[in-house]
Amino acid sequence: MHNMPKKYYALFTLPTIIAFAIAFLIPFLFGIYLSFTNFRTVTDTTWVGFSNYIRAFTGDNNFVHALWFTVRFAIVSLILINLVAFTLALLLTGGVKGTNFFRTIFFMPNLIGGIVLGYIWQLIINGILLNFGVDLTYSATYGFWGLVVLMNWQQAGYMMVIYIAAIQSIPTEMVEAAKIDGANGWQIIRNITIPMVMPAITICTFLTLTNSFKLFDQNLALTAGAPARESAMLALDIYTTFYGRVGYEGVGQAKAVVFSIIVAIIVILQMRLTRTREVER
Amino acid sequence: MNTKNKIQNTISFAALFLLAAYTLAPILIVFMNSFKGRFFISDAPFELPTSETFVGIKNYFSGIEKTGFIKAFGYSLFITVFSVATVVFFTSMTAWAITRVKSKLSSFIYYMLVFSMIIPFQMVMFTMSKMANILHLDNPLGIIVLYLGFGAGLSVFIFSGFVKSIPLEIEEAAMMDGCNPLQLYFLVVFPVLQPVTVTVAILNTMWIWNDYLLPYLVIGNNYKTIPIAVQYLQGGYGSRDMGAMMACLVMAIIPIIIFYFTSQKSIIKGVTAGAVKG
Repeated sequence: MHNMPKKYYALFTLPTIIAFAIAFLIPFLFGIYLSFTNFRTVTDTTWVGFSNYIRAFTGDNNFVHALWFTVRFAIVSLILINLVAFTLALLLTGGVKGTNFFRTIFFMPNLIGGIVLGYIWQLIINGILLNFGVDLTYSATYGFWGLVVLMNWQQAGYMMVIYIAAIQSIPTEMVEAAKIDGANGWQIIRNITIPMVMPAITICTFLTLTNSFKLFDQNLALTAGAPARESAMLALDIYTTFYGRVGYEGVGQAKAVVFSIIVAIIVILQMRLTRTREVER
Repeated sequence: MNTKNKIQNTISFAALFLLAAYTLAPILIVFMNSFKGRFFISDAPFELPTSETFVGIKNYFSGIEKTGFIKAFGYSLFITVFSVATVVFFTSMTAWAITRVKSKLSSFIYYMLVFSMIIPFQMVMFTMSKMANILHLDNPLGIIVLYLGFGAGLSVFIFSGFVKSIPLEIEEAAMMDGCNPLQLYFLVVFPVLQPVTVTVAILNTMWIWNDYLLPYLVIGNNYKTIPIAVQYLQGGYGSRDMGAMMACLVMAIIPIIIFYFTSQKSIIKGVTAGAVKG
């Protein structure tokens, strides 16, 4: 357009920008500053350089452990969620009766909030572990697999919907032609379906990856990091550092900066990948 | 060929049926346990209530009483409805203005907002809640401002994507007829945005309704939303009332399920559209 008069431009953008500055921009910039200081309150700070960052990695083992736990969790759930979601999508696009009904059911868990989900699965998993005389707080391994099961249950239906849309956009002539040429079901999936839904695979891969890295509510509700802080993921470890121990606020903020950089790298990588692919097409 | 297909379909159907049962089972088990006495839940979560363990809706009363669940429902509803309305109202205006007015300032605003989508909440949680305290935004009305600010990234991003696809001619014609930008926006542009408005509203509803950490840090001491109320029941490990917990879980799920079944198609469509763009 159009040369919109300045006062209208301000009217349209200022409310959002003011709220954005209060909720995000100022806290973000101030957060970066605080990560280089020692502080109890935001007004009483002393500059300490990189020492918070050093303490985050070397002060105790918590952050490195949480990072490692998160990476392992992200990889395992990335593979499992996408396998389950893709299989569901294949089953649901094969012309079975009740497709809509099944789709509705599988998608539903995605709407339930993380805290509620965590306690639902705590009951179920502890109920199963009861037979072996243990519970979720017994070992971080239980917490790990508990979270994997929970996330699969919550997110498979979501990724499934994305895969269904991708599969349905494959031209039917392609599949028909392959069938006439004598291709069997597996060959069709390998040589037509999978290459054709590659963009969806990229989207779902990164969605599961960022969701896993940012996971907090489910982690808090299911195990709250128990035993000790062994099943705490990055977000929960940062939270505990901030609010669980006095005098560690600076370290918590430094951890949050590192966490942000990791998540940002993943997202930028994704945008690069999807963009080059779009150019190719 | 035909019989082979039939067999395949039957196997697929059976597999899907089992998976659907697996998906529903956890919710049904929680529902079932919400009618059992508080001491009969953790020890035997998979057993049906018996005449000895059945307590009717007693857990629901204690759950409501212990957490102030009715109030929590009210706060959740208030915050969600007004935050979503505010976010939709202001971010669509912003998205339209910065998409149509091509300037350095516009693209700066756009990229700042998109950047905020990447940053995890833990980065700003401490400073944001302090900021909210200082500015007296630590109440159900003030938190709306925070949701507008923190939700602006995704919402503006989705709205701008859609605005780019609207042909300019319609707006130019309205300008010729003497509309000022406000009239132009509310009479011509906003109605055209309707499908994407639904998407943005649904995505924000799901986020804000289920959000735990932001309201907990900002208003959690005085105002409990539903997720805060549920987490509050946790208390110390072992001492919590499992009956009340089960009842609260059920009460937390019911509104979501009702919402889902009333507008299931647009929810699935909106959520996927948001994902593919975001």
